[in-house]
Amino acid sequence: MTISQIEACELTKNFDGLLALEQVSVRAESGKITAIVGINGSGKTTLLRLLAGLDMPSDGKILIDTKVVTTEELRGLCTMVFQKSIMLGGKVYDNIAYGLRVNRVSRREIPKKVKSALAFVNLDGFEKRKARKLSSGEQQRVALARALALERAVLLIDEPTANVDPANTMLIEQSIREAAHSRVIILSTHNLAQARRMSHSAVHLYRGSVVEQGETTSFFANPRDERTILFINGELQF
Amino acid sequence: MEHGEEDGALDPITEGLIRAIHLILSGDPEVYKITTLSLFVSISGTLLSCVWSIPISATLALRNFPGKRALKGLFSALIGIPTVALGLYLYLLLSRSGPLGYFQLLYTPYAIIVGQCILVTPIIVSFATSALESVDPEMRTLAKTLGASGIQTDIVVLREAFWGVALAILAAFNRAFAELGVAMMLGGNIRNVTRLLTTAIALQTAMGEIALSIALSIILLGIVLSLSLVVSLARRTS
Repeated sequence: MTISQIEACELTKNFDGLLALEQVSVRAESGKITAIVGINGSGKTTLLRLLAGLDMPSDGKILIDTKVVTTEELRGLCTMVFQKSIMLGGKVYDNIAYGLRVNRVSRREIPKKVKSALAFVNLDGFEKRKARKLSSGEQQRVALARALALERAVLLIDEPTANVDPANTMLIEQSIREAAHSRVIILSTHNLAQARRMSHSAVHLYRGSVVEQGETTSFFANPRDERTILFINGELQF
Repeated sequence: MEHGEEDGALDPITEGLIRAIHLILSGDPEVYKITTLSLFVSISGTLLSCVWSIPISATLALRNFPGKRALKGLFSALIGIPTVALGLYLYLLLSRSGPLGYFQLLYTPYAIIVGQCILVTPIIVSFATSALESVDPEMRTLAKTLGASGIQTDIVVLREAFWGVALAILAAFNRAFAELGVAMMLGGNIRNVTRLLTTAIALQTAMGEIALSIALSIILLGIVLSLSLVVSLARRTS
């Protein structure tokens, strides 16, 4: 399924009285990368989990192409790559094939899709390798391939290169850029250089609220909010 | 010098060991029968217990409900239940005048199976619950983002905890295989009918037949250690 945009409207999330997100509104379009930036604990992961349909918002709604969607519908439209790459036991092939199997992709199609997904992240021929024996960078690329194989309309990526070496970072960024041509990508990162390199638009979250958002070039060149200026200069604290 | 050594006779332990090796190597029919019945009873009791213990463990580990902590505490406390006490209560239930006397199970191998499967239930439940709880909670989140349903997500966790659950079952089998109280009280130690390795060892030792006792204990220990070794090797190679 192809969509043109996903929109979070005034999302609020409380965890046992602790306000993690407060009336956050964000819009991300297909064919573009939207970066969610902010210091640790600013609510980036919480926002991605709500958009992925993993958690229920306390208030607010999420729209796909102007239609309000439920968390269940979101799980069918979005997939997520986590900061810590979690590998299922077994081979790389099993990791990528798992999502395809539970989504009832035909048995004949699965090997082709696995191969194609691995090629996309430059891991050709890794099918038989044990997933947990790979380096953290390779595991993160497998996680990306696993998400891409599902061909979901929205790909949510949480700090994909936080624990990855520069060579793997470059390969991951290249794969994400290519993947963005046909889907919505929302990338959460506290790496400002990465956000500047990769995204078309940027959103600054601070203490669970959006303090500034706009086109990446102007976001970094002419930040308007005082907190964004401090964040870009590396002086913002929680 | 000891009296036996003066006469050129071996001490009881050495003599017992030699006779034990002879009994094992010669394939003594009685030793063989006792061993196979012990295996049958303990394997049956353990597997029967798995039918309810594994689902109980999965519920305790993967679901939240009122009284969960108390239930887990109860199962942990029951691990140390004295086998003689359990044997006594089951004896009262299964005896001819008891509520389950109609089934005429007392002094049959089936009575021992019933007793052993109740005895090992807390072991399987407690250890398997711990194994399931030790699986990274993000594994469930990952499965959900890949499109897994609730049951498919539970299966992912069960698969991840496979070796932990296998060790719980092994510990349960070892407990059943090596216990005496239930086998004695419910089986009655009837020759060729309900005589197991443990009850035979107790009887032969009381009768002064140290050699046969040692032979049976070597078999008992050998089976327990071999099984543990096999599981450990299988775990390593997987």
